[in-house]
Amino acid sequence: MSATAHAAAPPSPSRRRTRGGTGDMAFRLLAAGAALLVLVLLGLTALSMLWGGWPAFRTFGLHFFIGTEWDPVAKRFAALVPIYGTLVTAAIAMLIAVPVSFGIAVFLTEVSPRWLRGPVAAAIELLAGVPSIIYGMWGLFVFVPFMADHVDPWIDGTLGGLPLIGPLFAGPPMGIGMLTAGIILAIMVVPFISAVMRDVFALVPPPLRESAFALGATRWEVVRKVVLPYTRTAVVGGIFLGLGRALGETMAVTFVLGNAHDFSISLLAPGNSIAAAIANEFTEADSEIYRSSLIALGFLLFVVTFIVLAAARLMLARMARQAGR
Amino acid sequence: MPVSRALHRRRRIVNLLGLTVATLATLFGLVWLVWILGVTLANGIGAVDAKLFTEMTPPPGESGGLLNAIVGSAIEIALGVLFGTPVGVMAGTWLAEYAQVRALAGTIRFLNDILLSAPSIVIGLFVYALVVRPSGHFSGWAGGVALALVLLPVVVRTSDETMRLVPATMREAALALGAPKWRMVTQVIWPAARTGISTGILLAIARISGETAPLLFTALNNQYWTVNPADPIANIPVVIFQFALSPYDQWHRLAWAGALLMTVVVLALSVGARAALRRSR
Repeated sequence: MSATAHAAAPPSPSRRRTRGGTGDMAFRLLAAGAALLVLVLLGLTALSMLWGGWPAFRTFGLHFFIGTEWDPVAKRFAALVPIYGTLVTAAIAMLIAVPVSFGIAVFLTEVSPRWLRGPVAAAIELLAGVPSIIYGMWGLFVFVPFMADHVDPWIDGTLGGLPLIGPLFAGPPMGIGMLTAGIILAIMVVPFISAVMRDVFALVPPPLRESAFALGATRWEVVRKVVLPYTRTAVVGGIFLGLGRALGETMAVTFVLGNAHDFSISLLAPGNSIAAAIANEFTEADSEIYRSSLIALGFLLFVVTFIVLAAARLMLARMARQAGR
Repeated sequence: MPVSRALHRRRRIVNLLGLTVATLATLFGLVWLVWILGVTLANGIGAVDAKLFTEMTPPPGESGGLLNAIVGSAIEIALGVLFGTPVGVMAGTWLAEYAQVRALAGTIRFLNDILLSAPSIVIGLFVYALVVRPSGHFSGWAGGVALALVLLPVVVRTSDETMRLVPATMREAALALGAPKWRMVTQVIWPAARTGISTGILLAIARISGETAPLLFTALNNQYWTVNPADPIANIPVVIFQFALSPYDQWHRLAWAGALLMTVVVLALSVGARAALRRSR
């Protein structure tokens, strides 16, 4: 490009050329600065949380991650309950969301008549557009009573008495708790996972599918033995993308978890999660160490979601390269 | 051949079963959508009246509206767009037009994609440390910065993508006419990518209109009327959060009205933007 500028130089008045040059330089620097800002912001976020959470990490050490006492009065904080709650609710969400999303993707690519695909895909996409606080309100006023009246008693009655896994499902039918939160999270991440699955299913080269059909394979066999193996990496990437969202989701679970800091193995008992604890308590944190403990939790959440989302993006990028885009 | 016939039948049954379950899964997903939107509509419609748009958020037990929260939300969203859009479009421009070191551009795109789905509560904590703590109080400015950080990655990504779709011949034509690169970008590339960039901004506005977590520790809430971003400022999501978790029926009604208002705005924006994006492609 500099060669073109030189060649064009002689006839044009030098004053104009330099003005174009400085304008170019300023514009380029502005754009580069904006792009670098994205990097800097991510780094600053991590640093500021590490800085803010440091007093808690230093005071409580490893015990911060494995202890269960959360006592603002005695100023002793250990975060196993919210950490456990975050992991368990995300796990429940994945157990429900992955098969459902897979079903939706299969329906959209294999079953649905062509005219129905657009509307159904748009409707599922709409679920992703609903603000998370709406899920929270609906959860609190509608879904929690529904769980308390119809689902929890049944689970307690049938599964609660079983040996080994019984304690997981035994408990008073209050409606709030980790199971309810997990189900709501599942609904929230289904549109993300199913959209990725549908998109990568469409990337399978038609000759591959057609040869399987020509050998007499059924539609289901084509999905299981051709489409799924071909898209495996990206499918896992899509699942991780959903997992990253489920781990960090705040408002929906804050409404239905019950903000309890007592450890309970039961999925029907009130619990807590990292994001919900921060949302509920941060503005009320009245001591420096209390606030620092919450920021330390935020740092932990940030690091874990960063790793999960980075893994997701790497797997999706591999699929995109494979498909030659 | 009885064996192969039995096998054939089993394969057909498995096929039918698998596809039926897939269809049921889709219905399962749609049921939740109808349930959630139906409940929001049913509860929200009953709570919408003229007072909603003319009166302030009331103390417990009194009647009132959401005027201060509606105006506050509009201010917060406007600040977010004002802070976030120029940076986002410029960053997208650099990625699409200037990045010569491919590794650096790749890294920025990668990290931007992660920011896109990073937990928004973390952004709230970050802006608390960045703005609220140094300034000593919650403020509308802080809320605007937090929303800008949520909006930024969406705008970066869509503007980068749409600018890369502009044909190289248009760049060459502009440069061949002797235009400096910055004029090529501002007068050829930006106009050519206008639809994509603006729908990206619309999508981002839809996203920040529904965000609650970044506002909790930044804009906070304000029971009274204010349009001054230096004060804590009322906004729809935080009002919904506080009112829904309160024990008062009147506050619940207002929370539902706010929820309906927010859902309609967010869904209209995102559906409209997506439709425009699809048409332009």
